[in-house]
Amino acid sequence: MAEEKESEENISALHKKITDAFQLFDYDSNNTVNVREIGTIMYSLGCFPSQADIREFTAKVGEDFSGVVHLDKFLPAMTKVLLENRFPPIPRSKLLQAFKVLDKDQKGYLKPEELTKYMMEKAEPFTQEEMDEMLTAHTHQKDNVIHYEKLIDKLTADQNM
Amino acid sequence: MGCGVSKSNQFHKHSRKAVTTIRAAVLIQRWYRQYVARTEMRRRYTWHIFQSIEYSGEQAQIKLYNFLGYLMDNFTPSSTERNLISHIFRENDVCWDTEWERYFCYKNIEVPEVYSGPHLTFPLTVEQAVGLLEAFRNKKQLHSRYVLELLLETWKLLRLLPNINRISTCQSKEVTICGDLHGQLEDLLLIFYKNGTPSLEKPYLFNGDFVDRGKDSIEILLILFSFMLVYPCDVYLNRGNHEDHIINLRYGFTKEVLTKYKIHGKRILKLLQKIFSWLPLASVIDQKVLVLHGGISDSTDLGVLAKANRHNYVSALRPPKRRNHSPAAMSIDIDMDNELWSASKILQRRASFTYPEPLGPRDCFHNRSLQDFSTRIKANMENELDSSKKKENILAAALNRSQHEILSKSTDSVSSDTTKDEWRQILDVLWSDPMNQDGCTPNEVRGGGCYWGPDITEDFLNRNNMQLIIRSHECKQEGYEFCHNRKVLTLFSASNYYDVGSNRGAYVKLGPDLVPYVIQYQASSMTRELTARQSVGRTERSALKVLREQLFAHKSDLLCAFKKFDSKNTGLVSLNDWASAVESVMHLNLPWRTLRCQLVACKTADGTIDYCDWFNELAIKGPNTDHIDQSLLETLYRHRSTLETIFRIVDTDNSGFISMEDFRQTWKLLSVYLKMEITDEDICNLAVTIDSNQDGSIDIDEFMEAFRLTDKKSRLERGRSMFMGTASDLTKLEDDPSV
Repeated sequence: MAEEKESEENISALHKKITDAFQLFDYDSNNTVNVREIGTIMYSLGCFPSQADIREFTAKVGEDFSGVVHLDKFLPAMTKVLLENRFPPIPRSKLLQAFKVLDKDQKGYLKPEELTKYMMEKAEPFTQEEMDEMLTAHTHQKDNVIHYEKLIDKLTADQNM
Repeated sequence: MGCGVSKSNQFHKHSRKAVTTIRAAVLIQRWYRQYVARTEMRRRYTWHIFQSIEYSGEQAQIKLYNFLGYLMDNFTPSSTERNLISHIFRENDVCWDTEWERYFCYKNIEVPEVYSGPHLTFPLTVEQAVGLLEAFRNKKQLHSRYVLELLLETWKLLRLLPNINRISTCQSKEVTICGDLHGQLEDLLLIFYKNGTPSLEKPYLFNGDFVDRGKDSIEILLILFSFMLVYPCDVYLNRGNHEDHIINLRYGFTKEVLTKYKIHGKRILKLLQKIFSWLPLASVIDQKVLVLHGGISDSTDLGVLAKANRHNYVSALRPPKRRNHSPAAMSIDIDMDNELWSASKILQRRASFTYPEPLGPRDCFHNRSLQDFSTRIKANMENELDSSKKKENILAAALNRSQHEILSKSTDSVSSDTTKDEWRQILDVLWSDPMNQDGCTPNEVRGGGCYWGPDITEDFLNRNNMQLIIRSHECKQEGYEFCHNRKVLTLFSASNYYDVGSNRGAYVKLGPDLVPYVIQYQASSMTRELTARQSVGRTERSALKVLREQLFAHKSDLLCAFKKFDSKNTGLVSLNDWASAVESVMHLNLPWRTLRCQLVACKTADGTIDYCDWFNELAIKGPNTDHIDQSLLETLYRHRSTLETIFRIVDTDNSGFISMEDFRQTWKLLSVYLKMEITDEDICNLAVTIDSNQDGSIDIDEFMEAFRLTDKKSRLERGRSMFMGTASDLTKLEDDPSV
């Protein structure tokens, strides 16, 4: 019985967490968000879906043709995602490994051109805007390279929201 | 060399490598996007925190003002009590011709030889205006003689202007429009640098809120006024909600002037009251674009606004006074003189908002004093059940009513329907905010004006044959924001408003095509050109600090709320309960669960929160706090803005010092307002801490500093804390020749 109650509380806590995140993007205060924000909301709840995952999930919860997603549909679907831990975070060690793979000469840093090539041409490519943002924020001012261990520190800080 | 290595091996090796590279890239991309999303979340709630607290401060000021008005209306206090607060309701008391000239006369103010600031001669030339700009850039101060002369000339000009400026972009002139500046001289200098100073070819329109919060409000006014005097047909000003002496009491402008101009500051402020009331209410460009500070409502009627006697609204928070016209066709406002303060006049005067009759019909109140009022409240408090209900009824009804409701119920107002309507329209123009839903609702967050929806915009523009509304009043991260289908543009020109890096400023250029062209800027070289998202960290820390202070200030209420969830008295609450309790007390509508990890460091193993530990975390410690009752300290802290405002009201000669007796009266006022008991002993303890030289007077600033009621770093308090120097800083100014 105690366990049931506990999981009830858990669920209620999850619901509130999801609703809080959702409402930060609900501009019209009518429990809807633009479909394009779904990925952002999922990420901010600690999930790591792929672009395909996001598209699939959005298709399930979105209203047809209207471009909005209603909290009524989002909440149960997202609760399930969180309970199942469907898109678990990628451990920091893997992230470091990933950078080392890209850093062919093992310099400890990446040049902007190198990073751009990988981020914009491979896998789930960045848009120009995403790329520009990454470079302005994280390229070292003086030597004009990206020190990825520092970058990893930033990316993995405050993980537990 | 291919020995021993087959082609297919090489190919597999190559493709494995390629796959690894792709996987690596995916990992990084996904992490990065997650990071960006989290940052976006933080940016949003940071902004939310600042705005909630800012607007609730404005609301608190209006509530305080209404409360004081209520007291004034309902009690004939002893002359001491009355003098404490009545003078803020006594606007424009020097108005008979000869007295006016005598009061504002600058001619006998001598400018000492040692004065190194600019000397002005009238009529002003553009060289002088530019010279003034340079002088302020070099941190010089304009001598009070020239300030008064400049303000008098400004007033003479403003009186000739209509309520609604009519601007035209003929001859391919682009007009440059600027939003809120809030005393931030750096931003104005930056705008003039980027865009050029005002001239015949370069007309400017400034959309209100020139003062408060920033530290150079008076300099901004002097610059704007001098350019307006030089180019009266090419520099336009709209009034903002901060061009209002009641608001200035809380947000720093009053203090700035009194600090910079110790001898003549009071006169300067009085003259500015007049000037603010004469500022135009709105501008229309090419008959198609409406520019005003706050916004519109469903009842906004440009015809009514154009015909109003705008100078009757010295503060937009009050209905207009009765007026007489002198034969010289200069309007004279009646002073609420000693002789006039009689029972019949009380019936006629109105405070800003009507109060309902929970305390009984009005005529049995007239002879009560403040003392009676507080005794009555105290007596009520003895009966617990009754008191909570009564407390709620009396003050909640009075303080929380929307002005629309109140206006409609007001029956014995002396103002005619026309003036009531006029007043409401002016309030709307200066205080309203747009919202995304259709309709029009009272703006309860700010306490004045309304929220208006896209349907109202559409309707208004159609009816008036216009195409765009440009307004200010709200801080926007990018300095500007379109809404209502791009038919409403919010423009904000004070960059780094909440903190360094918090937002950009923007101005707009509008040519004959009437397509707004926005230019952004940020007046700080400390931050690199980061995107809004990227500069979140610092602003976030600021916001969280302010939020923690607010939480600490509400400790007693929070404790009560927690105990409700903790019936077994374990000292622990679950995260969910913590969040619910906090929201029920703070009413800031913030995502508390998301914020929890930033606000609560202590946490038990199973995720519950020890709330006593948490309060210790939050506590604000100070050297003087030991012998003072903790809950009194909390009250002090929570209502410090209100406390300071009341101090400044009570400090009738604007000296920065109040007597012990007035100090006690202040506390009486505050205790009535807050519905709480503050004993004489409490007051003595406080006074003793401050009045170290035992001369019977209290230095307001020292008091606020001593109890850590001000924080030099907190941006939201910056309007005050920037010159909240200690008394020794103020004495330095006494030798300054320019005051």
